[in-house]
Amino acid sequence: MKIVKLFTVVIVLTLLAQLHGATPTRAQGTVIKIASHSPLSGGQSQPGNAIKNGVDLAIQQLSKPIKDLGFTVELAPFDDQADPKVGPVNAQKIVSDKAIVAVVGHYNSGVARPSSVIYNDNNLVMVSPANTAVDITDRGFPTVNRVCGRDDAQGAAGADYAANTLKIKSVYVINDKTVYGAGVAKFFVQSITAAGVKVLGNEGTEEKSNFDAVITPILSLKPDMVYFSGIYDQGALFFKQARAKGVTAQFMGPDGLDAPDTAQIGGDAVVGLVYTTTAAPAALSPDSKQFRDDYKAKFGSDAPAYGPEAYVSTAIVLKAIEKVIKDNGGKFPDRKAISDAVRATKDFKSILGTITFDKNGDPQVATYYVLKVKSADPKNWTGNEPVASSKANSPLTPATGAAASATMAATMAATAGGAAPTNAPAPATMAPTMAATMGATTTPATKAATMPATMAPTMAATMAPTMAAK
Amino acid sequence: MTFSTRAANWTWTYILRPFLQILLFVLGSAALMSVIAVIVSLIFRTPASRGATLEIDLFEQLLKQLPDTLIDGITIGFLYAVIALGYTMVYGVLKFINFAHSEIFMVGGVIGFEVMIRLRDGSLLTTFPPVLLVILMIVAAMAFSGTLAVVIERFAYRPLRNAPRLVPLISAIGISLFLQDAVRALEGLGRNQFNLAYPTDSVPFLTQRLPIGPTVTISVTAIIIVISAIIMVLGLNYFVNATKIGKGIRAVSQDQATASLMGIDVNQMIAITFLVGGALGGAAGVLFGLKAGNISPFSGFIPGLKAFTAAVLGGIGNITGALLGGILLGLIEAFFSSLLPFFPSFGTSYSDIFAFMILILILIFRPTGLLGQRVDEKV
Repeated sequence: MKIVKLFTVVIVLTLLAQLHGATPTRAQGTVIKIASHSPLSGGQSQPGNAIKNGVDLAIQQLSKPIKDLGFTVELAPFDDQADPKVGPVNAQKIVSDKAIVAVVGHYNSGVARPSSVIYNDNNLVMVSPANTAVDITDRGFPTVNRVCGRDDAQGAAGADYAANTLKIKSVYVINDKTVYGAGVAKFFVQSITAAGVKVLGNEGTEEKSNFDAVITPILSLKPDMVYFSGIYDQGALFFKQARAKGVTAQFMGPDGLDAPDTAQIGGDAVVGLVYTTTAAPAALSPDSKQFRDDYKAKFGSDAPAYGPEAYVSTAIVLKAIEKVIKDNGGKFPDRKAISDAVRATKDFKSILGTITFDKNGDPQVATYYVLKVKSADPKNWTGNEPVASSKANSPLTPATGAAASATMAATMAATAGGAAPTNAPAPATMAPTMAATMGATTTPATKAATMPATMAPTMAATMAPTMAAK
Repeated sequence: MTFSTRAANWTWTYILRPFLQILLFVLGSAALMSVIAVIVSLIFRTPASRGATLEIDLFEQLLKQLPDTLIDGITIGFLYAVIALGYTMVYGVLKFINFAHSEIFMVGGVIGFEVMIRLRDGSLLTTFPPVLLVILMIVAAMAFSGTLAVVIERFAYRPLRNAPRLVPLISAIGISLFLQDAVRALEGLGRNQFNLAYPTDSVPFLTQRLPIGPTVTISVTAIIIVISAIIMVLGLNYFVNATKIGKGIRAVSQDQATASLMGIDVNQMIAITFLVGGALGGAAGVLFGLKAGNISPFSGFIPGLKAFTAAVLGGIGNITGALLGGILLGLIEAFFSSLLPFFPSFGTSYSDIFAFMILILILIFRPTGLLGQRVDEKV
């Protein structure tokens, strides 16, 4: 008995000692850390690990200029478990480690929102590869940036494809009640209602395993399309059960479904699923081929969605760090200076195209893709067929940029057709409408009133508060 | 008494009567819920819909949905009932709530997944007779989960048997967390998978639907769940009420000290209780996996909580009560969540709130649950 007690005491002491060791007491040295913050465990770990791996690869491949200045760059991976409660706790740890000068994350907008408040209070820059919820950047935090698109445009792009290409007449919308899912659902419903499609239901559910009750009304209402606004671990299972119960509608969803596990979980039920995404598919981002090959060589699988985006986010951060070190004469870079340098990113050439951040940290032009699932085999996920793509300006970007982007989208569409010559339907291009609508920075309200286009009300609605805030 | 009358007697006591009782519970709960739903739908015939695009006659909508809702409710109800049996048996014997039971259930689902995926990897899955496959999965899960429950009892509960009542409860929660993370670690390292998707697409038998009316179909999985659950409940009824071991378990549940004075091995009886409860939980895990198509290390929590609720609703410690509670809770849930979408200010997500409100109401008027008896405090 005595031995047991002694043993317990020793264990407790060891743990305490470790806790002490974990507290960052080190002085600022030559080690610069970049934190990746994404779900590394749990149901959404697949894209989360892709983000971590993307950061890892970028640090290995692109940190040489900083090494030449006498610093080493390290990856500090954090696991937010896709949980809005865990994210901020980790964020406190991150900001208290003085060696960490930037964060690349998160996967879930619902986690990014509270965590970014903590980063912002500590002038720590965050570049998000995947958070599409509008208010991530619309809050106007100087430290928060993203390289992906926004949900207002994503919802509109999805609605446009559903209404004008698939020509559906009715839709039933389910969302996962998170910041992300509920956000996309809102914009999708706004746009699709404006396009004259009947919305038969708009339900939120946190159910993760038994969707019977959600499916029953869908069975009897017989919508043309079921739109699931959420993440794949929930969505794919919902689709599987809906098909099994006899729902024959077209399935659709946003970029939360863009993960090979969608096919792993959903099986045959998700073949034919169309989803919108802001993560560049391999077929439409030829410049990212080198990255994808390196990723596969290093991590043993095709790079899932948002791996390339994490790579680009890290590249932007590394560039900014390098600039700050050069500017301050070789001293340890200051967080605030890095944050400013990231926000000033202009015409940054990346594997996903040229990126310029606007005043709120949105990329001035973002691309939105619509893809169709071709196979129930998760290994073939990268072979999903791009059926449409479009570019849209961020709300703060004036129309001139948008006009240019329309032509780019057209080229893009041509590339899509070329990349997959067997696909009969020509990719739909929404760019002209979107450019016209979204470029209306002057009087969005009046413009929306005269504009019969799908997206007009959405864009006007989202732009108005931003304008007022300014 | 001749052999044939004895056989008839036996059949009546252990098969027909309990079966009729189950039937009565199912039909009674279904009729009660349907009547309530019809009345509600007639009162709120045209609930204000979301936007102007949706005009719905709630009564007509209800009639259209009714068969599916009933099938769903009864199916999930039987599942809850089978899980609830595990809670209620342990409570009956030890007066202690085994919160690790939801994880024993989840482990059963994982075992079912492993059996199926191993058969697929050996490319036997498509040729394997589907009924045999289901039986194999259930038996494997029962064996594993039952053993696991016994091991847990031996190492986590038995040393604490004379400790204050809250201590084993904490131990149970600890075991529950341990099992979640153990499965997460094992499957994460072994398969690099968190979401364990049952490869049901490879077994056409499991995905087909049988027509039982002009517009209504029922899935084979639902039939499998109901039949297996009924067999298990009948088996448990026979085991507890007709065998010597069952008698021992009942004796221990009444009074441990006296039972041991009568020459009953209390530890053994408790271990057997855990074995049976765990096995039922494991079987339920497989059935749940077949129904949902996916198991994850955390998917035991919610069904476990609901089943625990069902056990309390029926009267914890009472086996028949667990059955009634499970079926009733499944139906309540199915009705609420299929009708709430038509009430714009609520939505499906409120179904649990209403279900638990009903539970609270029932417990206010019958604190011991629907079929529970007042247990006198032992002096």
